[in-house]
Amino acid sequence: MSAALQNIINQPYKHGFVTDIESDVAAKGLDEGTIRMISAKRGEPEWLLDFRLKSYAAWLKMTEPTWQNAHHPKIDFQAISYYSAPKQKPKLSSMDEVDPELLRTFEKLGVPLHERMALAGVAVDVIFDSVSVATTYKAKLAEVGVIFCSFSEAVKEHPELVQKYLGTVIPTGDNFYAALNSAVFTDGSFCFIPKGVKCPMDLSTYFRINTEESGQFERTLIIAEEGASVSYLEGCTAPAFSSNQLHAAVVELVALDNADIKYSTVQNWYAGDENGVGGIYNFVTKRGLAKGVNSRISWTQVETGSAITWKYPSVVLLGDNSVGEFYSVALTNHYQQADTGTKMIHIGKNTRSTIVSKGISAGHSNNSYRGLVKISPSASGARNYSQCDSMLIGQESGAHTFPYIQVGNNTAQVEHEASTSKIGEDQMFYFAQRGIDAEAAVSMIINGFCKDVFQQLPLEFAVEATNLLSFKLEGSVG
Amino acid sequence: MIYPNSKTILEVRNLCASVSGTPILKNMNFTVKSGEVHAIMGPNGSGKSTFSKVLAGHTDYEITSGTVLFEGKNLLELAPEERARAGVFLAFQYPIEIPGVGNSQFLRLTYNTVQTHRGKEELDPLEFDDFVREKMKLLEMNPDFLDRSVNAGFSGGEKKRNEILQMALLEPSLAILDETDSGLDIDALRIVSNGVNQLANKDNAIVLVTHYQRLLNYIVPDFVHVMEAGRIIKSGGKELALELETRGYDWVSEEYKAATRVAA
Repeated sequence: MSAALQNIINQPYKHGFVTDIESDVAAKGLDEGTIRMISAKRGEPEWLLDFRLKSYAAWLKMTEPTWQNAHHPKIDFQAISYYSAPKQKPKLSSMDEVDPELLRTFEKLGVPLHERMALAGVAVDVIFDSVSVATTYKAKLAEVGVIFCSFSEAVKEHPELVQKYLGTVIPTGDNFYAALNSAVFTDGSFCFIPKGVKCPMDLSTYFRINTEESGQFERTLIIAEEGASVSYLEGCTAPAFSSNQLHAAVVELVALDNADIKYSTVQNWYAGDENGVGGIYNFVTKRGLAKGVNSRISWTQVETGSAITWKYPSVVLLGDNSVGEFYSVALTNHYQQADTGTKMIHIGKNTRSTIVSKGISAGHSNNSYRGLVKISPSASGARNYSQCDSMLIGQESGAHTFPYIQVGNNTAQVEHEASTSKIGEDQMFYFAQRGIDAEAAVSMIINGFCKDVFQQLPLEFAVEATNLLSFKLEGSVG
Repeated sequence: MIYPNSKTILEVRNLCASVSGTPILKNMNFTVKSGEVHAIMGPNGSGKSTFSKVLAGHTDYEITSGTVLFEGKNLLELAPEERARAGVFLAFQYPIEIPGVGNSQFLRLTYNTVQTHRGKEELDPLEFDDFVREKMKLLEMNPDFLDRSVNAGFSGGEKKRNEILQMALLEPSLAILDETDSGLDIDALRIVSNGVNQLANKDNAIVLVTHYQRLLNYIVPDFVHVMEAGRIIKSGGKELALELETRGYDWVSEEYKAATRVAA
């Protein structure tokens, strides 16, 4: 039976291919000149170059974090190319103008844009390596005043908004990888929902790393003004390369009074092969500022890829009565390592946060939940509920939980629950005795285990996440 | 019930099985025909539960020799799920809990899987809901149990009823009930037994593995077998169970030893 289990979890990576598009790749290495080159290539204003240079100066003084429960050889930051853009017309007015090769790539990824747009009415801001190639449904969004575009376009068209909010949630010197991103980020997404507007559709972005050994430094900024609301979906895949690739993104969310931001991620970067060779280092800083009263920020993530995942989508609960949520499924297999969780920083009165984390470890992988719940002295009446469940598959995998709880106000209520379970031989035998094969059994158990998180995802994404987990766990049984 | 000209459902010949190199079943012989109810009794450690699991295909056990024919086919060649689809059902002594997996979803998957294998139509969730609720009446089950996770937090009695409900859904030709009576109070025992009796017919067979005569008052066996040290040492009719109840197992063991000494 354990051989059957082994087989199901050892599925090859479906998205492992390189699109043959001519790329404009910068020479490897990083210094002030590289940063000036990136900024010049993108035709950026002076203030943004200053932001980059300040971040670079901060980064130079910092050292890589080593506290995470994940190990990798030291990264040579001078061996990375910090810029890569597909060589093609930068401005496209319709999907028909998009490079057909690129479209085929998305077909292979199972993200046929036409179909996707038609079926789901989702506006997709496509990121291919570091430059946006197509933005859809923009007109419809513009009608209600929603801005949804690439980050570089936002810098050109809405510099005052970018300048006002960039770095306000994650300052330049926040941490090593965020500082690096702030210095060298190339593109990403920008989203602005004006006062009182409920975004009429889910906004969706697909990220993809395509050039071997090019770091990917995405920058995303989402602002919801007073009473605005938006649901944002991010999906990630990357082709299979033998050397590790660094992905250090930064995502900042700002919610003003009564605003609501829901950010959902399905991450399936290349995880390396079954011996742990290759794969993405996914070192990402995501943080939301629930700035206004009654604001709400909700993170939902399904992390199934990457050789190493290091990310803690967090919420700073500044406004009174603001709400922070974190729903996470992290699946690791083979030699994958995940150290992921959240931080809920309660500052405002009667702030509430919910954390639901589900970790699934298979193969020789290690899966850690790391979370901080901090109740500041000002946060009277704050409440937190945390639930961290781990599931082990096989004998060689590890599950770890590192909850940090700091309470500085005695009117706060903080609850933490944790459990560890195992897909046991006995469960598998029970399914088998009812005629159900191992593949279907594992899929059913895993989906049951993740139910609390999946039901937070937008419907279309929930289906994709379910399929993805089944795909990662199914295979040649029997 | 014993019917004339009934077909053989299970034929076990000289079956030997071991776990981690330790022999548990030693030359087990056992034949079951359609319509029959057999009870296998015997002291703890005699191999009763092992025998049930071996028939269901549990991978902890290694078959070292012997044959098992199920409806004329070599059962030992089949994977556990294939045996189940072919009509071998095991009601577990300790049904496992599967938190997070909804009972109705699980029941529908098992039902549809087996139906598909038999070339029959699957039921969609709505059709299945009507179907399963009807079956649940047989076991006097509360409908809210469909909304709960499989066996999670179920009482002992609820777990056993859930096992028999699955038997009712899958309509196996061979049902092995491994200590289904253990942990049941009098009312639950009556309900579960009543359910089993209604499911028994001339085309299927039931094997009860039990410690106690009590169950056999409700489900009356055609044959009673006594197991010891991995084999059947005595077989008889339902009156054998009553005799065991009053006299214990020792006398059967002595009788068997005497007989084998004579044979030697």
